[in-house]
Amino acid sequence: MTMTTMMRPAASALLGQTSGSGGSAPRPGESLPGAPLRTPVPLAGTTTLTMAKAINAGLRQAMLDDPKVVLLGEDIGLLGGVFRVTSDLLAEFGARRVIDTPLAESAIIGTAVGLAYRGYRPVCEIQFDGFIFPGFDQIVSQVAKLHYRTQGRVSMPITIRVPFGGGIGAAEHHSESPEAYFTHTSGLRVIAVSDPQDAYGLIRQAIASDDPVLYFEPKRRYHVKGEVSPELGAPMERARVVAAGTDVTLLCYGALVSTAKDAALAAADEGVSIEVIDLRSLSPVDYESVEASVRKTGRLVITHEAARSGGLGGEIAAVVTERCFDYLEAAPVRVTGFDIPYPPAKLESHHLPDLDRILDGVDRALGRQR
Amino acid sequence: MSESFPGENPVNLLQLVSPEGARVASETADPWLDDVSGADLVALYQDMVVVRRIDTEATALQRQGELGLWPPLLGQEAAQIGSARALRADDFVFTSYRENAVAWCRGVGLTDIVRVWRGNAQSGWDPYSVGMATPAIIIGAQTLHATGWALGAQHDGTDSVAVAYFGDGATSEGDVSEALVFAASFQAPVIFFCQNNQWAISEPVGLQSRANLVDRALGFGIPGIRVDGNDVLAVLAATRMALRRARTGGGPTFIEAVTYRMGPHTTADDPTRYRPAAELEEWKAKDPILRLERLLDSLGLLSIELADQTRGLADAAAAELRAGCIGLPDPEPLTVFDHVFATPNATLDRQRAEYAHYLASFDSTGGKA
Repeated sequence: MTMTTMMRPAASALLGQTSGSGGSAPRPGESLPGAPLRTPVPLAGTTTLTMAKAINAGLRQAMLDDPKVVLLGEDIGLLGGVFRVTSDLLAEFGARRVIDTPLAESAIIGTAVGLAYRGYRPVCEIQFDGFIFPGFDQIVSQVAKLHYRTQGRVSMPITIRVPFGGGIGAAEHHSESPEAYFTHTSGLRVIAVSDPQDAYGLIRQAIASDDPVLYFEPKRRYHVKGEVSPELGAPMERARVVAAGTDVTLLCYGALVSTAKDAALAAADEGVSIEVIDLRSLSPVDYESVEASVRKTGRLVITHEAARSGGLGGEIAAVVTERCFDYLEAAPVRVTGFDIPYPPAKLESHHLPDLDRILDGVDRALGRQR
Repeated sequence: MSESFPGENPVNLLQLVSPEGARVASETADPWLDDVSGADLVALYQDMVVVRRIDTEATALQRQGELGLWPPLLGQEAAQIGSARALRADDFVFTSYRENAVAWCRGVGLTDIVRVWRGNAQSGWDPYSVGMATPAIIIGAQTLHATGWALGAQHDGTDSVAVAYFGDGATSEGDVSEALVFAASFQAPVIFFCQNNQWAISEPVGLQSRANLVDRALGFGIPGIRVDGNDVLAVLAATRMALRRARTGGGPTFIEAVTYRMGPHTTADDPTRYRPAAELEEWKAKDPILRLERLLDSLGLLSIELADQTRGLADAAAAELRAGCIGLPDPEPLTVFDHVFATPNATLDRQRAEYAHYLASFDSTGGKA
């Protein structure tokens, strides 16, 4: 033992008040390795739920499973969130676990970081996509980087729920698709859900993850109903084929999964077989599934609401071109929102990819120019 | 300031030891120091001397090319030692990057203190083994982390306290205001310990605030204490008061420790470009170590033996720091990919494999050539 390490206990004798709780601050871990996922779950068998209610059921189950799961957000308590995703959770779990916060997004994320430091699994609700930017620094500089910065000693099992996308005729800052800012940020997992069943399974997987997860909820699909069972579904980093096909691979996520499926049905009438893949995970992208499909079809269309330049579609097109160049029959095609600020409600139908624009993209991938 | 009126903005600087080393009696603060013995005063003194020596050695290591950068704490020893020595092991501190004396008190290894500044890692120590988070370079961000940790402690039903260390410049950051809002709203057991060292790189505190920084706290509904940050006893007493409040459910306290950054912002800075020399001279007269030395002398506690012993401790710490620093091995190249995620990530695993393959290609050709 060196002299310096010897002297420090002597100096700390001053502490005098060392009694108290004693010991050192708790180290998270022992009680929450990956948060146990228990069965059976109170979601009794298969039931029909809206996506909003399915997420609610997933949150509830996660809170039942692990007392360290806490929710933070604006208006998430008595109101149940502006989309009612957290309805009734305050009554069931109390104000210490369903925390109505002051209106400060950076603080919602930043206090979640502190809670995670202490072993909690915070789930933050950002009220609308366009409101996430005041919290951007805490997400990018702290949430995403702390595991790396601390050489794995501190985990950030934080889930950040973000209602995203357009199509609801909303005011400005309420219809944005900011996912590419986060897929460009190392250290984050980014997922987007598309239907009630997947939303249920993925919120539970996101909360159980030891990595931070941006969980994007397509707000125009909140009230669409579907069958929901207590299943967790495929691992959250995997894409899923939602319609098998042989002629063109169509990648989509979030609200556009439904549109893409409609496009596949319409194309089938014209004898074109589209394979629709719901990416689910935007970071990391499940390139294994994407490549397998492209090797089969030789043609790729990617659609998202977010602006084209610097968007996820460009990155996927680049990777697929690098890895599947010899299989491609045509250049990958992007069908996306324009490089514009989100437009006024009466113009949003021009900005958002719809069935016809997706089919136009499919035509281009097939070399059928109009 | 414009004309002031009776009763407005009362300012009471808590000072228990004058710059001349005289003990200033305080009916309200003295009871908080009843248990502080002569040996404790000596220990505080030795802490301050040792951390100043560590600071000097680290600056030398930077000048010699062994560290990329170093943020000196010269002049802020009392603020950091007085506050950190008041804490318990189960408390948790969230600091900025200049709190090397706080790290010392928390038991951080000397080599671990400079690991970041040598460029070997983004953090030096295990936060959970010392109750101190990895320092925040983003100004003010850690005040929110402290508040969140305090919320967790509150929910857990413990009486542990979080302490956020930040500077005068940080008080202009939105995160600090948001942290004060949250801490007040939830009455979180957190102490906002602001070291007002008068300068944020080249910007004087007057640019950040027209009022005393502590006055801001009141607007958030948080009690504030303005303390002489170069007076280790006053800082200790103030921190103990705030800790008592936090431990007993009284919520947050804002402490403004008025001190002075006697050195540059970092070793890359040149304060002669923006700071009048006379100001430094003025603060040198209020040096925190000199002041305690004078008090110890007046109490008959300062001896040649103590001076020798203290110098020995400081030199040993400096030698340990130097040896540990120079002995740090360079990290292995592929560790650049480590710990980005806690769980496997296919995209990153592929990049790691590709880069490993690339590096290996040099090994084979180099071997044959």
